[in-house]
Amino acid sequence: MIAHNFEYTVATSLGEAVNLLQKHGGRAKIVAGGHSLIPMMKLRLAAPEFLIDIGRIPELSYVNKENGKIRIGALTTHYVIETSDAVARGCHALADAAGLIGDVQVRNKGTIGGSLSHADPAADYPASILALDATIVALGPKGERQIPASKFFVDMLTTALEPNEIVREIQIPLRSGRTGSAYLKMAQKASGFAICGAAAVVELDGSGRLSNVGIGITGVGNHAFRATDTEKALNGQKPAPDLLKKACESAGKGIIALDDIHASANYRLDLARVFSRRALEAAIERAG
Amino acid sequence: MTQRYVGQALKRKEDPRLVSGTSSYVDDISMPGMLHMAITRSIHAHARIKRIDISKAQRLPGVHAVITGEEVAANCGPVPSAGEIPNMKRPQRYLLAVSKVRFVGEPIAAVVAADKYIARDAADFIEIEYEPLPAVVNPEKAMQPGSPRLYDEFSDNVSYHFGFESGNTEEAFKSANVVVKERFINQRLAPIAMETRGAVATLQMPDNELVIWSSTQIPHLLRTQLALMVRVPENRMRVIAPEVGGGFGSKLNVYAEEGLVAYLAKKTGHPVKWIESRRENIAATIHGRDQIDDVELALKKDGTILGMRVKSIADLGAYFQLLTPIIPTLTGLLAPGAYKVPALKFDQVGVLTNKMATDAYRGAGRPEATYLIERIMDVAAQKLKLDPAELRRRNFPRPNEFPYKTSGGVIYDSADYEKALDRALELADYKGLRLKQAELWKQGKYMGIGLSSYVEICAMGPSTAMPAGGWESGTVRIEPSGKVTVLTGASPHGQGQETSFAQIAADELGITPDDVVVIHGDTARIPYGIGTFGSRATAVGGTAMFLAIQDLKEKMKKIAAHLLETTPDKMEFSPGKLVVKGGSGRSINYTEVVGAAYMARNLPPGVEPGLEATRFFEPSNFTFPFGTHVCVVELDWETGEPKITKYVAVDDCGNVINPLLVEGQVHGGIVQGVAQALHEEVVYDENGQLLTGSLMDYALPRAHDFPEFELDRTVTPSPVNPLGVKGVGEAGTIGSTPAVVNAVVDALAPFGVTHIDMPVRSEKVWKILKGRKAS
Amino acid sequence: MHVKIRINGKPYEKDIDPRLLLTHFIRDLAGLTGTHIGCETSICGACTVLANGLAVKSCTMFAVQADGVDVVTIEGMARDGQLHPLQESFWEEHGLQCGYCTPGMIMCAHQLLARNTAPTDTEIRDALGGNLCRCTGYQNIVAAVRSAAGKLKREPRIAAGD
Repeated sequence: MIAHNFEYTVATSLGEAVNLLQKHGGRAKIVAGGHSLIPMMKLRLAAPEFLIDIGRIPELSYVNKENGKIRIGALTTHYVIETSDAVARGCHALADAAGLIGDVQVRNKGTIGGSLSHADPAADYPASILALDATIVALGPKGERQIPASKFFVDMLTTALEPNEIVREIQIPLRSGRTGSAYLKMAQKASGFAICGAAAVVELDGSGRLSNVGIGITGVGNHAFRATDTEKALNGQKPAPDLLKKACESAGKGIIALDDIHASANYRLDLARVFSRRALEAAIERAG
Repeated sequence: MTQRYVGQALKRKEDPRLVSGTSSYVDDISMPGMLHMAITRSIHAHARIKRIDISKAQRLPGVHAVITGEEVAANCGPVPSAGEIPNMKRPQRYLLAVSKVRFVGEPIAAVVAADKYIARDAADFIEIEYEPLPAVVNPEKAMQPGSPRLYDEFSDNVSYHFGFESGNTEEAFKSANVVVKERFINQRLAPIAMETRGAVATLQMPDNELVIWSSTQIPHLLRTQLALMVRVPENRMRVIAPEVGGGFGSKLNVYAEEGLVAYLAKKTGHPVKWIESRRENIAATIHGRDQIDDVELALKKDGTILGMRVKSIADLGAYFQLLTPIIPTLTGLLAPGAYKVPALKFDQVGVLTNKMATDAYRGAGRPEATYLIERIMDVAAQKLKLDPAELRRRNFPRPNEFPYKTSGGVIYDSADYEKALDRALELADYKGLRLKQAELWKQGKYMGIGLSSYVEICAMGPSTAMPAGGWESGTVRIEPSGKVTVLTGASPHGQGQETSFAQIAADELGITPDDVVVIHGDTARIPYGIGTFGSRATAVGGTAMFLAIQDLKEKMKKIAAHLLETTPDKMEFSPGKLVVKGGSGRSINYTEVVGAAYMARNLPPGVEPGLEATRFFEPSNFTFPFGTHVCVVELDWETGEPKITKYVAVDDCGNVINPLLVEGQVHGGIVQGVAQALHEEVVYDENGQLLTGSLMDYALPRAHDFPEFELDRTVTPSPVNPLGVKGVGEAGTIGSTPAVVNAVVDALAPFGVTHIDMPVRSEKVWKILKGRKAS
Repeated sequence: MHVKIRINGKPYEKDIDPRLLLTHFIRDLAGLTGTHIGCETSICGACTVLANGLAVKSCTMFAVQADGVDVVTIEGMARDGQLHPLQESFWEEHGLQCGYCTPGMIMCAHQLLARNTAPTDTEIRDALGGNLCRCTGYQNIVAAVRSAAGKLKREPRIAAGD
């Protein structure tokens, strides 16, 4: 219930936060919404000596549409993403994911940058971020760096971020033509985290064939991943129930699934098949 | 007396303070100089304590005291446990572990410091060297010879054997056409009152009375036990239950931490506060259920029950809390449920394991009984190819057979089981549901309908059947102004007796509920009482108050008759006045009579001044509420997820004082019972580590898990008390769990499924759906 | 650290440890004990307050993070001794029993009604997913929020505490 003590600094810019991280080495943590870090600190599972609060940097909360991309500031809360028209129109799967995170209070406070940096294996965003081919823009001592989503989630609670890097922005390429995306999940009953969550993005060409299919899956493995075999099996095909079902058989292929009191590995892998297919169906329907 | 308020859905008198945030729970109490206690707890399920180093904690600025097991064992009595079973092995436990720990979360040391932050830091500074021992968490393993033993002084881990046979079960099973058997596991649950436990203790000037505020259901029993524990005369101690944020049985107990707070207040001379964290609450507040029941039912071809055998294993955990060994035995008393079971053999072993103690959790022994009988009835119906409603109907005792003595050894007071069943089936459109089920099945959709016709034991209870008195006290004082103060030994914590008792008093005295104040939960203000648990507050506590009111009414009639120059038997109470019967129109105002009692200038001979009466009501029997619940579930054919799409509950709790409160109790009970069926489970790994130690892993039900429940009632008054009430606090919990599981099994029955264990999580259903083809 | 937090319109200036939780600031330093604590993992919602108009769990925020923030607690809901329509409705619909979860429940419901003036029952149930109640079975809480929505429609209030 009670955290160890720490020193608290409010960063006025992201650059200042990066400098502070460099100064304190591994003894510092960044806090924004705090919904990943503070519970861990209260249970004394995390005990940073320095807490750098970036939550007051106003220019980091935004959703913009420009140059064929949706750009989302790292401090944008789940609630803002959940209810953003631009997100709903351009990348519905991300709005779906935002709306299914935790509860109203968590969504009011938690930020996309914080959630992605924490990289909980059962977090909701990663599936959509992967499926949507997002790019994570990070600021570090050497300046800005663009990390493709496919390279971002490295292991359990581990990302491609360098120790002194902070997420600055998430960029999602906009697709044109007939396209749709969706994210669905089965929640762990106690925590609300995903036992399995799947995001799907599709484009339909003039002849009604699938192209550029993206499928991201979270909650199942050590970290979120893309169901590449399933994607391959779908591209160039006309969507049909049998095809979708068959293609999704390989949704969790090669993944060593998590196994705990809430769900066995086999169950998670089967849910990956089911939810990939359901997400695809929803995405196709949205593509119209 | 006309009922103007009893039976009305009055808004609660309690609520303005609760909705405005001005009420005071234990953690809201603050005093100058108050210190805060934190506890260092065992990280091992079973270990010898080799060494405790408290020096680092002691040196932390702000720390006032650090105590360990040796000090409290020398200065305080053990944690109390009640109830006796012949040849029982009763483990003894001190407020802090001495030399050995036996479950994860067992208190080892206590720290008091100037604030809670420092206290927590200091508790973490205490260094404990353990010698880990093999732990045993599975009760069946714990019973085996060669299992690790929890206690060197006991020959094995079996604490008790409890059993009885009524009728001839051997004969019954021999003559049966059909015998069904199944193993039913009632998993371990955590009560999780939204307010965790907590206590504040202080020596109060001018005469050093030890005052303890505790979030408890039993202030008086707590005082008696704490007085023994910390060696303070009972009449120098006061226990106050302030606003209590839910209990569900978990606060029907006396805990080590309450003793520690009292001891440390004495030791330091400062007020001391302790508030349990939620993690502590899941690890070290009593758990419920945890019982394995092997059940066999013998029936005739036509479904008539001939006999039942139950072999029961109760997992008691590592130590005894107040009622640990008593609760599982209640399962035997209620095993026949709402049916005629001519022969019953019940055998139970109580087993010690390296887990937190089990004890009373909402329903306490009766949900286990209801679950086993209501499930085996469905297993039997399946085997006999009978509709489950019909099998139930055929075995109900008829209304004219009450009072009905069961093979469980209790006498059911009054009931019409069929009426409640019929009403529930009608409300649910049972016939329509069965048609819909068949239709959905053709579409490859799995829907199940589950019934549960429960009966339960309430209004606990006659003192002969209780470990610490089954009566309740009630004091009624009509103040000189005519306002009424009720003091009740029942100690409600959310049930709303401040309102329902006021309704009863208002009707009896011809006043309004606003004229009545109900006071509870303070041993200095209220005559000795027992508390609120076992759905007893209104049936036993309400009756005590009712009897006290009758005494006062008799007295007031005498005074009124004297003033009106008539006889007391001609007087009756009417709103605002006492009236001479027979339509003469002669009357005297209520306030005038009250005034006369206090002015005492013109009292009839032999009548004492004042208007105050205390009664102690000893019930002659328990009461036995009943009802039928119908649950409809639909299963997701790919993920297995069960979804409740309809829920109907028809309950009979006898006369109803306030329907709002009754419905509220039923709603809450259903949700708790459904949560056992579908979500909740305390899980320890094989080493005794608690895997569901926070609300991130222990799944509580949420609003979106449920449809709107449809409720109705039948009313069969109880003859056991003059109010005719039966109690309703646990009915929802008891009735709902088997209804839900029966519904899931019903949906899966075409696959040949006869049972599925709780909690019925999606994965369990998924496994069945994956593995089987429809027959 | 020195912080200034407005609670129910009143400023509280204190020197605090950075690790002090907002919920303890509200309860222990401001003495407003209507906000309750029911867990430490941000699940139960008993500690819900409004921070700059947003429902947040005050146990998952350090008080230093709330420096300069406007907080509204359950004590700020009534006006001139008159209960807020949500408080009234919880009372009328028997939306509480032990009352421990009630303040958090009301603050969260307030957030819902600020965003959605006519929620469906499903929307109400979903919106209260971050608030646990162990007594009521939620049914009367849903009824209370539904009823309050109707009242607020007839007689709108600008914001909590106004």
